Amino acid sequence: MSLVVTAPRRWKKPPLIKSAWLRWILTIGAVVYLTLVFQTTPVNWTRVWEGLPRGAAFVSAFFPPDFVSRWDEIAEGIAESLWMTVVSTVVGIALSIPVGIGAAKNIAPAPVYYFCRAVLAVSRSFQEIILAIFFVKLFGFGPFAGFVTLSFATIGFYGKLLAEDIEDMDAGQAEAVRASGASWLQWINYGVQPQVMPRMIGLGLYRFDINFRESAVIGIVGGGGIGATLNTAFDRYEFDSAAAIIIVIIAIVMLCEYGSGYLRRWVQ
Amino acid sequence: MLRIKGLTKRYRTGDLALKGIDIDVPDGQVMALIGPSGAGKSTVIRCINRLVEPTSGSITLNDTDIVKLGSADLRRMRRRMGMIFQEYALVERLSVMENVLTGRLGYVGFWQSWLRRFPQSDIDEAFRLLERVGLDHMADKRADELSGGQRQRVGICRALIQNPELLLVDEPTASLDPKTSRQIMRLIRELCSERHLSAIINIHDVMLAQMFAERIVGLRLGEIVYDGPPDKLTPAVLTSIYGEEDWSATIRKVDEEAPDEEADNVVPFEVPRPDRDRLAGLT
Amino acid sequence: MTTIPARGRTWRRRDRRTELLVWAAWLFAVALFVGCFQLISDKTIWAFVWDAPTQAGDLAVRMVPPDWLYIRTLGRPIWDTINIATIGTLIAILLAIPVAYCAARNTTPSVSIVRPIALFIIVSSRSINALIWALMLVTIIGPGVFSGIIAIALRSIGFCAKLLYEAIEEIDEGQVEAVRATGASGAQVTGYGIVPQVLPAFAGISVFRWDINIRESTVLGLVGAGGIGLELNAAITQLYWTQVSLILLVIIGTVIVSEWVSAKIRHAII
Repeated sequence: MSLVVTAPRRWKKPPLIKSAWLRWILTIGAVVYLTLVFQTTPVNWTRVWEGLPRGAAFVSAFFPPDFVSRWDEIAEGIAESLWMTVVSTVVGIALSIPVGIGAAKNIAPAPVYYFCRAVLAVSRSFQEIILAIFFVKLFGFGPFAGFVTLSFATIGFYGKLLAEDIEDMDAGQAEAVRASGASWLQWINYGVQPQVMPRMIGLGLYRFDINFRESAVIGIVGGGGIGATLNTAFDRYEFDSAAAIIIVIIAIVMLCEYGSGYLRRWVQ
Repeated sequence: MLRIKGLTKRYRTGDLALKGIDIDVPDGQVMALIGPSGAGKSTVIRCINRLVEPTSGSITLNDTDIVKLGSADLRRMRRRMGMIFQEYALVERLSVMENVLTGRLGYVGFWQSWLRRFPQSDIDEAFRLLERVGLDHMADKRADELSGGQRQRVGICRALIQNPELLLVDEPTASLDPKTSRQIMRLIRELCSERHLSAIINIHDVMLAQMFAERIVGLRLGEIVYDGPPDKLTPAVLTSIYGEEDWSATIRKVDEEAPDEEADNVVPFEVPRPDRDRLAGLT
Repeated sequence: MTTIPARGRTWRRRDRRTELLVWAAWLFAVALFVGCFQLISDKTIWAFVWDAPTQAGDLAVRMVPPDWLYIRTLGRPIWDTINIATIGTLIAILLAIPVAYCAARNTTPSVSIVRPIALFIIVSSRSINALIWALMLVTIIGPGVFSGIIAIALRSIGFCAKLLYEAIEEIDEGQVEAVRATGASGAQVTGYGIVPQVLPAFAGISVFRWDINIRESTVLGLVGAGGIGLELNAAITQLYWTQVSLILLVIIGTVIVSEWVSAKIRHAII
C-alpha cells in the first residue's frame, strides 16, 4: 500500500431494478403506453360537463333518499337477493368441496386434478355477469338463474382457496392419520379437514358477503334480485329511489361484514 | 451538562412510572442505568428526547429546558441526542447507508432526504463511521440482511452521524449473544471517549454495566436507589435494586476478556410473506 | 350421585348442552336453506329448467366453431378493456393513499373526525359493485371508456385503501420511533419510517387489484361503459353465437395472461 486515494466516495441509492436496460425499457414502455392510452381514449368533455349537474342531482338525491314510493319493489328485490345469497352460498360451497379436493395436487390423481383445475379456471375467468347472461338464457329470467350463477362462481372462488389450503397443509399430520390404517374418507375427515376447517369457515362467511354484493348486480341482466330494480330506477332517472336502494345495499353489506366478523370469532 | 430534576411520568393508564428522578450527567461521562424490568429505565431515556412526554419536572441540556420546547425546537434538540435501540430499530427495508443517513434527517430538508440527495460531507462522514465499525463494505446491503451485531453497529452509526452531545442507549445488548454484547458495549465506550460524549445506557446485565460504565444508577419502581461507582455495587445494593437473591456470582471483578475474533451470529434472512387472506381482502 | 359406572366411561366430543345447541343451529340452517330454496322455486318456471340441458346442448352446437375471423374487430375492445383496468387501478391507488393514511389509526390526523370519514369512503366504495358504479356514471357522464375507467377507480379505492391502511397499522412502531428520535420532521418520519415498511404491501395490493379489475372490466360494456362487454352484448342480442364463443375465449385468454403477469410481479416484489 503505497498510495491512498482520498477522493470523496460518492453514494447513490442503488436502483430498485438492477439492470439498466430493463429499467429503461420499463420507463419508456410506461410512457409509450400512457400516451397511447390518452390518444385512443376519447373523452367527450362537453358531455362530461353537461353530466355534472345530473351528477349533482344524483348526489343530492341522497338527501333525503326516497324509500317510500318504490318500497314494495325494493323490499321484494332485497328479499330475493338474500334468498339467492343463502341458497347459492350453501350449494356453491357444498359443490366446491369435491372440486377443491380434486384440485389439490398433493391428494388428487393427475386426471382428476387437471379436470378440477379446468373447472376452477373457467369459473374464475368469467365475471359473474357473463355467467348470469348464459344462465338466464338457459333457465329463463328470475332468481333461479341468479342462484346457479352465484353457485358456480362460488365454486371457482372457494374451490381454489380450498385446494391451495390443502396443498399448504402439514403433510406430517395427514400422514400420521393414514398410518393408523384409516380409509380414504376417514383420512380426509381426520387428517385433512381439521387443518383446513377454521380458515374455510371464515372464507365461507366472506363468500356470503361477496355473493350478496354480486346478487345486487346480476339482476341487471335478468338474474333476479335487487339489481333489476336498481337498473329500472336509473333508466327512469329516479335518482332518489336509486339512492335508497344503494343505501340499503351498503347497510346490508356492512351488516354482513360485521356479522361474519363476529361469527368467525365465535367459530374459531 | 444534562440535568434531570424531579422528573415524574404518569402514564394514561394511571401507572406512576417515575417518581421524581434527579440525575446530573457531566460531560463525557458514561453512565449505566440498571434495574429490574418495569423500573422505569426506558421511560427515563424516552423522556429525555421526549419520545415519551414527561408529566412534570425539568430536563436541561446545556441550560435549555427540553420539556418546554415547541415542536420545531424539539426536533433541533433531538439532533443533539443520538439514540440507540434495543431491537436496533433499523428501518429494515432500507439499505445500511440509508439507515445511517437517517441520522442526518434533522439537518436536511424533506425533498433533499426524499430524493436521497444528502450533502457529500454527510456521505463522507457516513462512510467514515461505517469504516470505523467495520461495515463500509456493506453500505448497499439491506438492513434485514445483517446479523444482530452488525445491525446494532449500524444503529450506532446512525446515532453518531447526528453529531450528538449525548447518547441515549436503550438496552443495546438485549437481543445479542454474550460475546457480541461485549463487543458492542466496548465499541460504545470507545466511541464515547473518542468523541468525548456522555451516554446514558439502560442495561439489565449488571456485569456488563460494571465492566463498561463509570457510574451506575440503580432504579427501582421509578425511584433511584443507588447512584455511585461500579465497584461500590455490593450485594446489599443489588438486593435493594432487584430484591433478595444470591449475588455472589454476579459481582465479580471481571478483567477485560481477550480480544475475540469477528464471529457474528448470522441471522437467517427471512423473506416476509404477505398474508394470503390479507391480500385477498378477507379480513 | 347414586351410581358410578365402574368402567365404560363414555366419551363425547361435546357436552350435552353444546351438542343440543349445535343440533339446533344445524336445524335452523337447514330450515333456512329449504325455506329460501322454496321461495326461489316459487318464482321459477320449472319447465324452462328441465329444458335447460337441451338448450345448453343446442347453444353449444351453435357456438362451435368460433368465428375466428371476428378476432380482427376485437383488437380495439380488448385494448379498451385493458386500459379501463389499468388506468382505473392507477387512479384508484393514487386516491387510496391519502384515504388509507387518514384511516390508519397510527397516522390519521384526527381519530374522531377524519378517520370515520375515511372509513365511510372505504365502506361505500367497497359495497357498490363496479357495474353499479358504471350504471350511474353512464347516466351521469355518458357512455364510453371514460365512464368505465372512473367506475373501476371508484370501486377499487375502497379495496386498496382498506388493505393499505391495515398494512400501515401493522408496521413496526420501533422503526418509526427511531427515525423520530433523530429529529426528523413529520414528513420525513413518514418518508423514512413508514413508506419503506408498507411499500411491498402497497405494490402487492395494486397488482392484485389490477388482476381483479381486468376481470371486472370485461363486463362494464354491458351497461355501455366500454370494453369488450359491448361486443359481447351486441353479439348476444344479435344471436351471433360463433362470435360469442370467440369473445369468451379471448376473455379467458386475457384473464389467464393477466393472472400470470400479476403472479410474476408479486413474486418479484416479495
